[in-house]
Amino acid sequence: MADAALDPHAAIATTASGVGSGTLTTADGMPLARALAHSQRRARRRAFLLVLPLLAFILITFVVPIGQMLARSFHNDGFSANMPQVSAWFASTEHGTAPDDAAWTALAQDLVASADARSIGVVGTRINYDMPGTRSLFTATGRQVRRGLEPPYQEALLEINEAWGDPRLWSVMRSASTPVTANFYLAAVDRTRDEDGNIQQVEEQQRIYLTLFWRTFWLSAVITGLTFILGFPIAHLLATLPMRKSNLLMILVLLPFWTSLLVRTTSWMVLLQQQGVINDILVWMGIIGGDARLQMIYNRTGTIIAMTHILLPFMILPLYSVMRTINPAYVRAARSLGATSWTAFRRVYFPQTLPGLGAGAMLVFILAVGYYITPALVGGSSGQLISNMIAQHMTGTLNWSMAAALAALLLGSVLILYWLYDRLVGVDNLKLG
Amino acid sequence: MKRFLALSTAMGLVAGPALADVNLLSWGGAYGNSHLEAYAKPFTAETGINVIMSDADNPATPIKAQVEAGNVSVDVASVEYADAVRLCDEGALEVIDPAILLPAEDGTAAADDFIDGAVTECFVATDVYSMVLAFNDTAFPEAKPATPADFFDLEAFQGKRTMRKGAKFNLELALMADGVPAAEVYEVLGTPEGVDRAFAKLDTIKSEVIWWEAGAQPPQLLADGEVSMAYAFNGRIFNAAQADGQPFEIIWDAQIYEMEGWVVPKGAPNLEQAMEFVAWTTASAPQARAAEFISYGPPRRSAAAMVGNIEGTEEPMGPNLPTFDANMAGALASDLDFWVDRDAELIERFNSWLAS
Repeated sequence: MADAALDPHAAIATTASGVGSGTLTTADGMPLARALAHSQRRARRRAFLLVLPLLAFILITFVVPIGQMLARSFHNDGFSANMPQVSAWFASTEHGTAPDDAAWTALAQDLVASADARSIGVVGTRINYDMPGTRSLFTATGRQVRRGLEPPYQEALLEINEAWGDPRLWSVMRSASTPVTANFYLAAVDRTRDEDGNIQQVEEQQRIYLTLFWRTFWLSAVITGLTFILGFPIAHLLATLPMRKSNLLMILVLLPFWTSLLVRTTSWMVLLQQQGVINDILVWMGIIGGDARLQMIYNRTGTIIAMTHILLPFMILPLYSVMRTINPAYVRAARSLGATSWTAFRRVYFPQTLPGLGAGAMLVFILAVGYYITPALVGGSSGQLISNMIAQHMTGTLNWSMAAALAALLLGSVLILYWLYDRLVGVDNLKLG
Repeated sequence: MKRFLALSTAMGLVAGPALADVNLLSWGGAYGNSHLEAYAKPFTAETGINVIMSDADNPATPIKAQVEAGNVSVDVASVEYADAVRLCDEGALEVIDPAILLPAEDGTAAADDFIDGAVTECFVATDVYSMVLAFNDTAFPEAKPATPADFFDLEAFQGKRTMRKGAKFNLELALMADGVPAAEVYEVLGTPEGVDRAFAKLDTIKSEVIWWEAGAQPPQLLADGEVSMAYAFNGRIFNAAQADGQPFEIIWDAQIYEMEGWVVPKGAPNLEQAMEFVAWTTASAPQARAAEFISYGPPRRSAAAMVGNIEGTEEPMGPNLPTFDANMAGALASDLDFWVDRDAELIERFNSWLAS
């Protein structure tokens, strides 16, 4: 009977025979809707179990690590977790309160405890993010207090280093005394807090991130445009040539796609550098003088050329797959009705390629925004992108909170652009093949 | 490597009483090979303790992960000085008692024999590498550059330069080229005026600099004739000159040196053997032997004179090492505390300066 209940046809058959009782029920008296839901639930559960491994995989390898990484951009407990007493003092006093005896005692006891637990480096590093030059203050003081620290603590600490009395240091420690902070986001847009906690721009010679964000988006747009101009005719050719020729051409498009990124970047160095192949040819042909060789790499030009080349297949392939499906009869019909070839292209052919163009442009742009290795190698001083600073903070300064803040801003701006794209063009129009 | 492992295992069996192994984490490549040939093999031959070597891109990273996870399998690891200090501050390393270090063969105490900064609470240096100025000999047929000031003199010594894309090393070099003695560099750089001065000096050659990112770039740029002078790691320049026969010359004046060495992770499974390994391999003779495999200098003064020929050749290695006596005149020890403190700030300023 249980099997019959799970079979929707059986259910209908039985309820059909039970006409007159008001609600439709199965033979065992269960309402039909519930029986149907019940039988489908099991099928759904089975389907869910099938995708469960994929979900778990995505969760473990993608969502959790990225979430943890992004959480670092606003959560850093390097100070608050290791300096509990002075953090409690900050929590119980108003902003701007001068440190009293209780504060100095709390600070001294925390420093001793942290030095013994060898977490003083972590504490110093956290403060150093907001106030450069203070990490060694903490580690050096830690080395001294390990030998013992006698009250009065204020005098003792000032004796070790006068910098302990700096009001800016206390202001920075106050802002670090809670694990949640917006300071990394402020720093990521070239802002900082002064002694009183007001937000202000950093000094002009330290401003870098806004410039790099702007440059990253601008260069990515230029590269997307270039891949479109170069890729569109190639995709068209690929789609319209007879199969044998187009296969050969396709291999030419795919070969560089399969070649290592580093190899391609290095090849551009060989070609474009001042003593490189292209300059040699130009000099040999007498177009430029031997002492006026063109600077085509280690600057913005080099970044644009190399990245356009590397990202070109990501534009060509979606365009190609869409163009393949366009019926040539439409353009022929337009021509036979008197349209010029330009009008036929503009009004009939081009609009049909838009889904491929949208997908290609989106792929190229998003890849370009996060590009790292090529600008690092050929970018010189004017071709650096924001991802190079993210990498710098990940591996060089080890300030992962800062790297996370920059990455979150980058991710956020890309999502906004995606939303705009959806509003203007419609994501349904994307076609990858 | 596998054969060596089998061999050393066999030797361990022959040696009789079961001894614990030393798990050594190194870098691989030519550098890891110098550890194998000069330290691991002779150590096993002498003491009967097996050394099991493995490689990592940067051993500091797995150590940190292992200690944090409380599952340490490494006994000794080779790390950069900066990472050693950082890990030590975070309590991830065992303290190494300086008393275990062996005296020099003439009886000089280890403390006097090691160069400054080579032995810290948790770290014993095994080698010294440096950032040096180098030039392509064919670019300067007449007068040869010889000082940092020449590197900044675009008129007397024409051609482009290549420098590492970053603030570290470049600011120090700029100050030394501007006439600041090596001993005062970090004092000057610690003031805002000093930083301005260094950037002002870099301004004078900014238009002619190609910034390198990967260590393999400078020898390539020099060889292609793209630049006439480079500021690069000494090992890279040496390898290009030695193995590929490139006409590169190194200017040792104003070299900035840093160290690499052993650390013992907190909770190392074979602590006693690890310490024995650290003491044995940092004696003068193994140190000198290691320098024959790679152009990184021994951090012990007494080892410098014992370095023989470049492995496989008849040429002496000594003059190619950063720690060679004549090369050390005017050398600057990289100040790690300064850079850990000011890294982020100066990198931002440097990038802002690059972009302007």
